[in-house]
Amino acid sequence: MKLKQTALIGATIAGLLATGYAAAQEQFIGLPSYRVGPFGSNGASLYGGWIDYMAMVNARDGGVNGVKLTWEECETEYNNARGVECYERLKNKGPTGNSVFQPLSTGITYSVLEKVAQDKIPLVTIGYGRTDAADGRVFPWVFPMITTYWSQASAIVNYIGQKSGGMDKLKGKKIGLLYHDSAYGKESHAIIDKLAEKHGFEVQKIAVANPGNEQQAQWLQIRQSKPDYVILWGWGVMNATALRTAAKTGYSRDKIIGVWWSGSEEDTIPAGDAAKGYVAAGFNVAGANYPVIKDIQSQVYAKNAGNMEDKNRIGSVLYNRGVVHGIITVEAIRTAQEKYGKGKPMTGEQIRWGFENLNLDSQRLAALGATGFMPDLKISCEDHEGGGKVKFQQWDGTQWKVVSDWVEADRPLVRGMIEESAAAYAKEKGITPRDCSKES
Amino acid sequence: MGFFFEVLIGGLLSGVLYALVALGFVLIYKASGVFNFAQGAMVFFAALTFVGFQEVLPGWTGLEPGSIAVFWMAFVLALASMVVLGILTEKVVLRPLVNQPHITLFMATIGLTFLVEGIAQAIWGNHVRGLDLGIADEPIEWVLDSADIIVSKFDVFAATLAGILVASLALFFQYTKVGRALRAVADDHQAALSIGIPLQHIWAIVWAVAGFVALVAGLIWGARSGVQFALTFTALKALPVLILGGFTSVPGAIVGGLIIGASEKLAEVYIGPFVGGGIEGWFPYMLALLFLLVRPEGLFGEKHIDRV
Repeated sequence: MKLKQTALIGATIAGLLATGYAAAQEQFIGLPSYRVGPFGSNGASLYGGWIDYMAMVNARDGGVNGVKLTWEECETEYNNARGVECYERLKNKGPTGNSVFQPLSTGITYSVLEKVAQDKIPLVTIGYGRTDAADGRVFPWVFPMITTYWSQASAIVNYIGQKSGGMDKLKGKKIGLLYHDSAYGKESHAIIDKLAEKHGFEVQKIAVANPGNEQQAQWLQIRQSKPDYVILWGWGVMNATALRTAAKTGYSRDKIIGVWWSGSEEDTIPAGDAAKGYVAAGFNVAGANYPVIKDIQSQVYAKNAGNMEDKNRIGSVLYNRGVVHGIITVEAIRTAQEKYGKGKPMTGEQIRWGFENLNLDSQRLAALGATGFMPDLKISCEDHEGGGKVKFQQWDGTQWKVVSDWVEADRPLVRGMIEESAAAYAKEKGITPRDCSKES
Repeated sequence: MGFFFEVLIGGLLSGVLYALVALGFVLIYKASGVFNFAQGAMVFFAALTFVGFQEVLPGWTGLEPGSIAVFWMAFVLALASMVVLGILTEKVVLRPLVNQPHITLFMATIGLTFLVEGIAQAIWGNHVRGLDLGIADEPIEWVLDSADIIVSKFDVFAATLAGILVASLALFFQYTKVGRALRAVADDHQAALSIGIPLQHIWAIVWAVAGFVALVAGLIWGARSGVQFALTFTALKALPVLILGGFTSVPGAIVGGLIIGASEKLAEVYIGPFVGGGIEGWFPYMLALLFLLVRPEGLFGEKHIDRV
């Protein structure tokens, strides 16, 4: 009897230890997502792609060097207060706490900007957030990666220059900027003004009040002033409404260049035929023919384990953007493991190092099955943006077609503005910028 | 001058679309004295249910996707859903609150808003859908050729539809027994009950009619910018219309809509550039507030006189 009891206790302890060991070999990623509310449609595709990528890494590779990825969603409804609540709820989960916080909302980004430094959790804002946080000396915990809004605006102007036959041909041209009347929409103003001054074109800024489901007045103004191109800096229902009203007022859709939050199927499908010919920028492209997406199909969906209810959306712009989020997160964990120990779950601080030393060159992108899918990316202590390139896609009535190579921003101009703005922030907050030569 | 008229006409036609949403508010207010906060959610629910049925019906029936038969079947089923929603609202939300203060009923409709939004998304999913009513949103060519003014075919269609709805509802309220009963109920629940008007029956009818109006508004707005959550925001466009036209007047909704539509567009074009633009979000509210100071009951609203 005594022997039986001892064996039972021994087995229980062994079981507990095994469970603890299993938990210790997990990397927890908190996902402050939004699947309901005004932007739920966008969130469902993006988080679907992200989760599917992590599930694929677990299924195909057994995790990152044997460390399984685990995650938990927390619904923010794109609401700042809920976003902060999710941040607090997720931060201590998993064996090493939350690895990274990526809220997919500029508002939530601002709300947790100072908390992340205290809690030592990297804040990654891919394609949104605070542009000057690209200066890693002032914002060591924030990573507005791939391409910031300012780089995007600059790349769009460069693309218009290419289409016009050279940057010198921009002189005397008129470019309309139809923007969402919010901090997000106004983020474009400073850089566009600088570029207008540099290249000699005229900017006509036209605001659209939230939510933007009525734009007759704006497009009649455009019809009257006849700009050569219109940059559409919209969000949500504003985008489809803009395309339909442009069609109604006779403005050619191939002269409208949208930003990446205006360039998904969620924007073009509701606009129907009015969207045909419309061009939009993106730091990722649409399409399901990339090896990385095929791997998701074979490793996840073939086993009926995918996150997307509507499988037709696999390969859409936002789904693929979610995959990009997954790739960057996983690669940062992998990079951190290279330094701090393979096969171990990393702390937020270690993963911050992983992000800061991330190098997704063409070779690595090819190995990931993502050549042409996203631009190459190299992060450093000074530069938390790392890329600054976009591709342009055109809607042909049923799908997006890539119509350019990766177009670079005017890096010296953009970087100068970033450093100026970050220095002002540092002065205001009493922050001493890091000396990157001393970072390893 | 041509540009001025272009903006003015565009504004008037947009105003009719605002009036279409405002009509739903007016109907409920006339019957129950309650401002139905859930009207925007009902517009969303109706449009989403319509496109949802459009998607599933070909699979259920073998009919061709996008065919006329699928359109009308989806319309009938969506309308039936709105009637069921109306009846359930009366039974579950309003009936237990008879004779409660109006603020209690108003709060109940706030709760109803979130419930309706949630149910709609739970049943049909949340992705954005396109909606094609078969009428192109493009300029009428002869107007464009002769006067160089853009008048959209779709907007004219929507305005005509709204005009027919308004005329029918005005006649219904004025000349039918049910219409008179509705007005009596709106005036005083208890007094209406005491003379034998079946309050619950009347409320169910009016919520069902408001559901029908929400469906029409949802289809028109959904065809303009897609069937998506943002349809709930159409209610925001209707509020200044109601303040201006009066909460109890069907013709008031249309006149209020025309004034708001035209003035917000003209303000955006002619005042907007001097103040940074984007003023059409708040300008109608400012106009409505100014109007409230002069005529609190709205242009066509009933003047309330309390005898002491």
